[in-house]
Amino acid sequence: MSLANLEWGRTTGAGRWRPLGGLVVDVPLIVLLCLIAGVGGVVLYSALGADLGLLLRQGMRFGLGLAAFFVLSQVPPRYLRIFTPWVFFLGLALLLVVMVEGEIGKGAQRWLDLGVVRFQPSEILKLAAPMMVAWFMHERRLPPTFMQTVAMVLIVTVPAFLIAEQPDLGTALLVIASGGLTILLAGISVWVMLAVAIAGLCAAPVLWHYMHDYQRARVFVFLNPESDPLGTGYNTIQAKIAIGSGGLFGKGWLNGTQAHLEFLPERSTDFIFAVMGEEFGLLGLLLLIVLYLAIVGRGLYIALQAQDTFTRLLAGALSLTFFFYVFVNAGMVSGLMPIVGVPLPLVSAGGTSMVTLMAGFGMLASIHGHRKLMAP
Amino acid sequence: MAGPSLALKDHWQEQRLFLSRIIAAGIIILLLTGLLAMRLVQLQIFDYQRFSELSQGNRYRIEPLPPNRGLIYDRNGIVIAENQPSWELIAIGEEIDNLQETLNSLEKLNLIDASEHNALRDLIRSHRGFEPVKLSNLTEEQAATFAVRRHRFPGIEIQEALARYYPFGEASAHAIGYVGSISLADLERIDRSEYAASSQIGKTGIERAYETDLHGRVGYRQQVVNAQGRVLFDPTVKAHAENVSNLIGGLESKPPVPGNNIVLSLDMRLQLAAQEALKDARGAAVAIDPRNGDVLAFVSTPAFDPNRFAAGLSRADYNALTMDADKPLVNRALAGTYPPGSTVKPFISLVALEHETIDPHKPVYCPGEYHLPGQTHRYREGKGGTHGPVDMHDAIVRSCDVYYYQLATMIGIDDMASGLKAFGFGAVSGLDIEGEKSGILPSPEWKRKRFARREDQTWYLGETVNTGVGQGYMLVTPLQLAHAEATMAARGEGHPPRFLIGIENGTTRAVKYLDPASLTRVAHNPEHWDFVRDAMVGVTSEAHGTGRAAMKGITYKVAGKTGTAQVFTVGQEEKYKEGDVDERLRDHSWFTAYAPADEPRIAIAVIVENGGFGADAAAPVVRKILEAYFAAEGYVASEP
Repeated sequence: MSLANLEWGRTTGAGRWRPLGGLVVDVPLIVLLCLIAGVGGVVLYSALGADLGLLLRQGMRFGLGLAAFFVLSQVPPRYLRIFTPWVFFLGLALLLVVMVEGEIGKGAQRWLDLGVVRFQPSEILKLAAPMMVAWFMHERRLPPTFMQTVAMVLIVTVPAFLIAEQPDLGTALLVIASGGLTILLAGISVWVMLAVAIAGLCAAPVLWHYMHDYQRARVFVFLNPESDPLGTGYNTIQAKIAIGSGGLFGKGWLNGTQAHLEFLPERSTDFIFAVMGEEFGLLGLLLLIVLYLAIVGRGLYIALQAQDTFTRLLAGALSLTFFFYVFVNAGMVSGLMPIVGVPLPLVSAGGTSMVTLMAGFGMLASIHGHRKLMAP
Repeated sequence: MAGPSLALKDHWQEQRLFLSRIIAAGIIILLLTGLLAMRLVQLQIFDYQRFSELSQGNRYRIEPLPPNRGLIYDRNGIVIAENQPSWELIAIGEEIDNLQETLNSLEKLNLIDASEHNALRDLIRSHRGFEPVKLSNLTEEQAATFAVRRHRFPGIEIQEALARYYPFGEASAHAIGYVGSISLADLERIDRSEYAASSQIGKTGIERAYETDLHGRVGYRQQVVNAQGRVLFDPTVKAHAENVSNLIGGLESKPPVPGNNIVLSLDMRLQLAAQEALKDARGAAVAIDPRNGDVLAFVSTPAFDPNRFAAGLSRADYNALTMDADKPLVNRALAGTYPPGSTVKPFISLVALEHETIDPHKPVYCPGEYHLPGQTHRYREGKGGTHGPVDMHDAIVRSCDVYYYQLATMIGIDDMASGLKAFGFGAVSGLDIEGEKSGILPSPEWKRKRFARREDQTWYLGETVNTGVGQGYMLVTPLQLAHAEATMAARGEGHPPRFLIGIENGTTRAVKYLDPASLTRVAHNPEHWDFVRDAMVGVTSEAHGTGRAAMKGITYKVAGKTGTAQVFTVGQEEKYKEGDVDERLRDHSWFTAYAPADEPRIAIAVIVENGGFGADAAAPVVRKILEAYFAAEGYVASEP
């Protein structure tokens, strides 16, 4: 143990650089985030039909995200950990509130209206679920026992179930992904993973039974997109044409015919990856992917440097979840994955998920910036 | 592997475990990224040529193909709703250069209505570019006008289509309803891709209730079109199909599945007879087969021509219909609520007999008015005059109000309400089209729920008295009363009324007939059913019977009951005289009947608004329906 302490002291003690006095500023993370948002802004400008006003609104959302990032960067991980159960159960309570209101309003209900702001409680759970799993394992010995694994699975599936009932299958899957990745990082054995996978396969028919018609339709169309060329399959077909016709170098900025002739649906939100592919070609897309990988890499580095179980698991889970978002979106647009309404992080127009995402990166920065000079 | 949870954490081992997981995750990330990159290379390098051609100039268009809407038949196979060839003007949003200008030019040529301009613009914008949007129906002349100018309107086309046609026009309007253009509101509640090629959707009545069955499933064909929208390749042309499969790997088409035809319980002969009998009045007629709940006739007048809706009614014409004082768009048969008046008396008699409230053979003296003990308010005989001593049989035959004023106070409101509820009063009957009102079955419990203020919630004995003759708060719909009458005819073994009796598969033409819905049983002593039936037969046959004149000469036994629903309250010292009151304030005229009384096959309720006394206006309508029914059935009645 002393050997480990010694090593920590060496890697973290020296050369810590804090440009703004005592404030935590994770320069590599900020630079990478701003780069992606910048590239995204350029593509978005084209996808929005060269509307500067709409682009400014996206800029303001990113600004709001940056503010959330800076604020959370300053909160020591110890406090993040202490507040975790509160945040988690508050999020659950809000989900129930929204559900009850939805019962009364007889329809899909995802938003909570606080008079001043409206937000989706499910967004809280995207962060709170992995935090809660990490909190749960913090005092416990890794790898988890079987009963502990069951407890963690419940932590993830209960909110996911509530969200799926809204119905918002996309967000429910994201919550399962972020919580599930945390559990995997906690080190459950390969056998347990296999058991869960088999159980999941068995649960599929039950899940199918409870799915809404439009959700089933999506599964069908995923299995064979050409079967519904008038509906969801249309998006896939047009996105493929857009990307494919971009070629190696693309048609050039603002020159994407698919996007500008309005063939491509949802081009400023879920399908913006296709706009990028059409206008900037394979090289543009690969550059974007490299930027994303750099952020994931930075996140995993922070996770490896983290000093306790909570921060380690949280940092790892946040980074992997980020990659998951990127892959699901890009995979969906290029026809590798089913159409699930997941935006391309930091690039797609839209505010709610942007703030959540940046808050997550704020926690990453905090975990890195508040490492102790000496071992605990 | 599980140790005690209090055991010290082994940080070194934990870190190694975590490191291995991160390395595994890193490898998976790289593999997935590689997969994604390979996919992109495949799309953007290897398939570049194909996709590039698709996106340049030549465009890929999917043309949706509309299914044929199912037909609607009456019970004898007579077509009530069919499809006729017509011309439609359609717009394909993605091919129009300047939407505003295009619409303006079409307006100048009188091809679209000026009042529709904005609605059409919004409709086109709310559709995806490739989805055709119907602008209007064209006459042959208009089609010719457009055809010679077609080149000036890229994105606007004439399309041969099938338009809904209702051969019976007004007579079927309120039962069948109509189809109309798909509105933005409709788009919210339908599967949009199923309607990609359809321009019409069921708006009311049967057309709406069985929309899913009637509509069918959309088909499509993929085409390659040039920038002007001209079709270059069509998979249904064989040479094209081979040519194009080299270019983009095959075009597909899927034929539409026609909608199912549906068979209704309606008998158009009765329907037409009822419509004809009511044509100059405001009113409604509903006839039900008591043996299975089949609705044989369902008329509300005045009606409207559903063909005008199917052809596309302009905003101005629609407004004129809604503003009409006679309210032709209101379906009086199921949404018109009226006091039932004396038609409720046979039902109340059954309740009294069941509770042994009164000896039905003991006469009660009718002096022409009734007083509650200790009160001065006069409850008057509806038609004025006195009946002298009447027993229950006479009270039904002659429709004596005083008898029922007293009987109501003897039964009490709670038993009366629960007895009437069993016949379906105060609740929707469950007919399979939308818009049914439940009416009101008053009771102290209803009053507590209905009124918010405590002082309004008190139930007064006088309200019990009024309920005894179907006045006061009580309201029924003609459908409800016909349903109750059918249940009475079936001696309590009633069925919920229904329109749909069969579905014919649009492709295989196999017809599936449906069983009637389960019984709604009302239990009464057989002698009591007989007693009330005999009294109702007396109404149409005995010397003093209020319905005798209208049913004179009929060869089979008809059980009937007149009713008069007050619209206007006459002052305590005045007398109601028809000539004195404004036509709109005159009493509504009811007549209910079932026949033949011994083995009932049809139960009817008819109301004529402001028609005066029940026997005057409504009874002749009932008679016409009965004549049409028994003439059609070839029924030979036994001598009465």
